Amino acid sequence: MDSNNAGSLIQELSQHFAENPPGDLTVDLENVTYLDDFGTLVLVELRKLAAKEHGAFNLENTGKKIREMLMFLNFDSLFQKVSFEKKRRQGIFVRLGEKTFDIILDLKYAISFIGAITLSLGYHLAHPRALRKDDTLDYMQKTGVDGLPIVALISFLMGLIMAFMSSVQLEQFGANIYVASLVSLAMTRELGPIMTAIIVAGRSGSAFAAEIGTMKISEEVDALYTMGFDPVGFLVIPKLIAALIMVPILTLFSDIFAIAGGLLVGVFMLDLTVGAYVAQTINTLALFDVFWGVLKSGVFALLITWVGCLRGFQVSGGAASVGQATTSAVVSSIFLIILFDSVFSVVLRYTG
Amino acid sequence: MTRKAIIEVKDLEAGYDDAIIFRHVTFNVYEGEIFVILGGSGCGKSTLLKCIIGLLQPRAGRILIDGDEVVAEDEDGLKKILTKIGVLYQSSALFGSMTVAQNVALPIETYTSLKKDAVDMLVKMKLGLVDLDGYGNHLPSELSGGMKKRAGLARAMALNPKILFFDEPSAGLDPITSAELDHLLLHLNRTLGTTMVIVTHELESIFTVASRIIMLDKKAKGMIAEGDPRYLRDHSQNAFVKRFFNRRA
Repeated sequence: MDSNNAGSLIQELSQHFAENPPGDLTVDLENVTYLDDFGTLVLVELRKLAAKEHGAFNLENTGKKIREMLMFLNFDSLFQKVSFEKKRRQGIFVRLGEKTFDIILDLKYAISFIGAITLSLGYHLAHPRALRKDDTLDYMQKTGVDGLPIVALISFLMGLIMAFMSSVQLEQFGANIYVASLVSLAMTRELGPIMTAIIVAGRSGSAFAAEIGTMKISEEVDALYTMGFDPVGFLVIPKLIAALIMVPILTLFSDIFAIAGGLLVGVFMLDLTVGAYVAQTINTLALFDVFWGVLKSGVFALLITWVGCLRGFQVSGGAASVGQATTSAVVSSIFLIILFDSVFSVVLRYTG
Repeated sequence: MTRKAIIEVKDLEAGYDDAIIFRHVTFNVYEGEIFVILGGSGCGKSTLLKCIIGLLQPRAGRILIDGDEVVAEDEDGLKKILTKIGVLYQSSALFGSMTVAQNVALPIETYTSLKKDAVDMLVKMKLGLVDLDGYGNHLPSELSGGMKKRAGLARAMALNPKILFFDEPSAGLDPITSAELDHLLLHLNRTLGTTMVIVTHELESIFTVASRIIMLDKKAKGMIAEGDPRYLRDHSQNAFVKRFFNRRA
């Protein structure tokens, strides 16, 4: 009787005794030379069947080894139903209260983390040699250079789609040339920075959270503390500087590739010349538009790095916690990007 | 009476990239014994264990578990072999999102046709065997290091495998917990008759539990000793073996 046949044996015996209720049941173990917990389970089930019919249950001819095994497994105590049900969930108000406290604590930690980053950034500005330059360059490569192909492709397609959709309407008024204005203005002011930031949040923000989270559970962050390093300075500042440099550059690339996408539609579908399209783009765009987009992307870079690193430092427990932190880093970053973009729009509306 | 070899390792060679970790490793593990793979850091103990349990493809040689070839097996064949073995990893490798009971129940639910009540009863017995009664509803993160090892052991022996493998079972445990674990292994070996293969360099553990050992050496890139640990300690002519057992630098 082992793990391979215990299930079928229990089923057969249950069926047999369902048709022929056992009454008193005596199991002769004379020929049983080996019994493990799966075998014991069969005996437990037989005892249950006998108890159901209010019959007595006896074991006969149990050898020394079998008796030892039954004692080892506490056979006599194995009659109650075992349940490993999860702990009961708390009531809705308790959970609501707990969640509220969690959010307040999370907010408190998030604000203190901003303080820690500001202090560390101040220290690095005063002591530029303290910056881990190799790490910074490495993160610039990962965040910027490695992210360029996907940013370029998505921006190109965005420009293409926007030009194509707007041309359907503008063509009716013979205003094809304004496709160039729409694409260039929308991309540099709004969509370029947002699309770039969302891609960077998905690629690099999640990576920041996963990297720091894994370091946290493998006690590498504790090791930094005990060696006298400032974990924020060691882990966050290089990422922050890399993102601050690379996200605006990626945004500029995004603008260029989106305009190129629009140009393709303009030239091949709207019969515009390359020169006319480019001239209209230059006439539409003011330097302020480009600057505004770059400024926004700088703020988005700060948000992505802050949230990514924050979620990484909040990891505790095991691998599942790293997964949650990574998801939370991306979701929170995207939410903050959209929120701050709305703020920028309001500010521009009332000041510009 | 001849003993049955449950693991046969023949002329095994393994390595990473250009580096050879060990070669010409040949030994048998016999049914019911506690076999220890011993050696200094970096000698290839864990690599050898990975080869035996099918996690790493050796460069050359043969490994037979209960007569089935591990190296040449296809996926189905390997799965059949894997149901005959259980592994307790150094970190216990319990699934952090599941309770202890769910961790132990997982292989039983997957590989048997038992109903939930019966699975729960079996899990209770398994947890009783490793002295973790009453901890079924705990998450692994709520357990101490020694308890995690015992919970990992309960999961490793969920299907009563013929062979249990242990990678550094005493790592990270205090001497008392470590000794308790050794006694638990001895007790399980005697009661259930399970063959055990342990990778360790803890001398106390070796002299408590080992029936036989092999010793690997980094410099020799292979086996340098095989046999009873007490005999090797007292009679081996190999300088490294002598130094190892006498804890001399």
